[in-house]
Amino acid sequence: MIPELGQFALVLALCLGLSQAVLPLVGAHTGRRDLMALARPAAAGQFVFVVLAYIVLTQAFLADDFSVRYVAQNSNTELPVAYKFAAVWGGHEGSLLLWVMILAVWTLAVAAASRAQPAVFTSRVIGVLGIVSVGVLAFTLFTSNPFDRLIPAAIEGNDLNPLLQDPAMVAHPPMLYIGYVGLAVPFAFAVAALLSGRLDKNWARWTRPWTVIAWLFLTIGIALGSWWAYYELGWGGWWFWDPVENASFMPWLMATALLHSLAVTERRGIFKSWTVLLAIAAFSLSLLGTFLVRSGVLISVHAFASDPTRGLFILLLLGLISGGALLLYATRAKLMVAEGGFRLMSRESFLMANNILLVTATGAVLFGTLYPLFLDALGLGKISVGPPYFNLVFLLPMLPLALLLGAGMHAWWMKMKGAALVRKLAWPAGLAVAFGIVLPLFVFGQTSFMTAIGVIAGLWVCGAALLDPLRRLLRPKQGMRLTRAHWGMVLAHFGVGMFILGATVTSAYNIETDRGVSPGERWETGGYEFLFRGVRDVQGPNFDAVEGEVELLRNGELIALLTPQKRVYRVQQSPMTEAAIDGRIHRDVFVALGDSLGGGAWSMRIQIKPLIRFIWYGCAIMALGGLLAATDRRYRHVPERARAGPAIEPGAVGEA
Amino acid sequence: MTPRRRRMVLVGLVLAGIVVSAALALRAFQLNLQYFFSPTQVAEGEVADARNFRLGGMVLEESVVREEGSLTVSFVVTDYLHSVPVEYTGVLPDLFQEGKGVVTLGRMEPSGRFVAEQVLAKHDENYMPPEVAEALEQAREREQL
Repeated sequence: MIPELGQFALVLALCLGLSQAVLPLVGAHTGRRDLMALARPAAAGQFVFVVLAYIVLTQAFLADDFSVRYVAQNSNTELPVAYKFAAVWGGHEGSLLLWVMILAVWTLAVAAASRAQPAVFTSRVIGVLGIVSVGVLAFTLFTSNPFDRLIPAAIEGNDLNPLLQDPAMVAHPPMLYIGYVGLAVPFAFAVAALLSGRLDKNWARWTRPWTVIAWLFLTIGIALGSWWAYYELGWGGWWFWDPVENASFMPWLMATALLHSLAVTERRGIFKSWTVLLAIAAFSLSLLGTFLVRSGVLISVHAFASDPTRGLFILLLLGLISGGALLLYATRAKLMVAEGGFRLMSRESFLMANNILLVTATGAVLFGTLYPLFLDALGLGKISVGPPYFNLVFLLPMLPLALLLGAGMHAWWMKMKGAALVRKLAWPAGLAVAFGIVLPLFVFGQTSFMTAIGVIAGLWVCGAALLDPLRRLLRPKQGMRLTRAHWGMVLAHFGVGMFILGATVTSAYNIETDRGVSPGERWETGGYEFLFRGVRDVQGPNFDAVEGEVELLRNGELIALLTPQKRVYRVQQSPMTEAAIDGRIHRDVFVALGDSLGGGAWSMRIQIKPLIRFIWYGCAIMALGGLLAATDRRYRHVPERARAGPAIEPGAVGEA
Repeated sequence: MTPRRRRMVLVGLVLAGIVVSAALALRAFQLNLQYFFSPTQVAEGEVADARNFRLGGMVLEESVVREEGSLTVSFVVTDYLHSVPVEYTGVLPDLFQEGKGVVTLGRMEPSGRFVAEQVLAKHDENYMPPEVAEALEQAREREQL
């Protein structure tokens, strides 16, 4: 009876969603305040019922109710309780419910935080969010109902996919979805602005913190996915240019471009139509990502469902939502008038270059991701595009971006003298080049052209980011006040620099060997000594495993005992490699158990990855920077500022 | 130089950069296209050049042979109409099993053996890579003709 309650709640949420989608928009169009006033209660009601449905599904998991098909497919009585919570989004149907719930949370947050803004505008925003919500709710109810019954009920569940039974995997989908779905907010703001024909600096100021928050969650989500792939898929890579990864990465690139474009629109009232287009594109790409991942056209751990009607439904939804927004954009583009100009040597130019390069990279990744799908759909053969393509087309625009980024952070708005910029940055640039060449040579004994470029770029970005805080530290008297948003920018860019360093050094100096080892064997890899003690059987709550014991020694001293496992999960009988990692800030030693070679010998993959943690630390710091930027004073005190009109903040060095 | 000419030079440089980048990108794209072939397609000589390609099918039952203590494994990939012997040196993925679907990336040797650099099995245990499923389907159809 309880699961039906969940279903009932979903139907009610859909009804409320319909009224949220239609009435406020009609009200805003006709100027009827009574209809506009319905936006917030409808959003709140929808939130309540979606959450109720979610709680019901969670309850079904906790109670092992295998009469619900989705629970039977994704859980088991032996599954640890923490993973039962995570199993709610471990499959297709439940993850859609999570999607809808997160959208409801975003909508509620927008509704609560926008009381000071004009009712016409907020009712349009909430209305557009309602349309998106109706689309996804209908998709859930009509093609992927998580509350479908299984008759007769299963005696035991099929268990959660063992790959997903992992702490990082518990957090990855919600984080990613908060980001994905959060991009619906700038999208709704953009569409609302197109509808009202009013697009000014205030619009950008309202949109920006929402975009930053969505972006920071997307950053965390992607980083967690990458980290998980690194240690859980078992083979030590951190990015594979898998179409599924690209599906989450393209919205991220677009959101990054959008952030920077919004900065220009907020400060200078220009780039308006471009900003709106980016907002539409970012959300469209996140819908496209949902389509790619959920339709089963891709082979991956994410392809839960290969039901063609589902793919068609998402494609239709994508066409309606993005197509509708683009059509509106086409008819309203002439309403967006720039409020000023800028010189070639100005922060605007740097941010424009940022946007062009990011969009180029997105386009190249999109091409490589979709081209094989098109060929396949047309029956022209099955191909895939190898990682070297992506590496090249991604690095090509990203290298100039990194170089420009360091300078752009210090450029002024409107115009500045090139000589002033050169004077300010000559020292950091010189140091970056010198250390970029010398440091790798000193630490690793060798370097290459591309490695040097990468390290220089990383050091340059880090150094340029730290320049303002350092100057403030060294000369406190000069009274350069850094706003919280500025700190956010500094941190986020410092994170980018760390990421570049980590990615470059890891790929250049990574040591990787596969070898067969017998118990008692000692060997040396990359300056470390290893001793294989042998394997033993161990038992987990829902799996049996063979556990290898490997001593890691340096100069004869034991650093760590590594215990890589080969697990077999009892229900699904699928084998899983659990790598053992000795992780330090400067390097990871990674050992994974392969297959038994007979006679007690095992194949083993040993990797030493210098600076690999910088990749994820860098992402975490980027996200932290986003958090600082999003909570800056000027966003917390929007009402006064909005009334005061567009003022240029005194004392701010400029926050982008 | 007048500001106007300077701007034109800048635009010209940017355009040249774009053209060079696009050419590089397209070339990289061309070089990194990996085609997928089934054992039947291999047998019928559809693999034109000596480039790397992806070979997919089922791992034939009782075909996996490993020299004791060595990392080299040989097995047979089949669509139950034609078969290709495959050799791989390294650690096999978790989901590699006899009688299950597999996709390998590598090249044909003149001897008719496929040397794999990579063995992929990203799907879960009951799930078949779509390419393999389709290859098997086609092989079945041809057999009936």
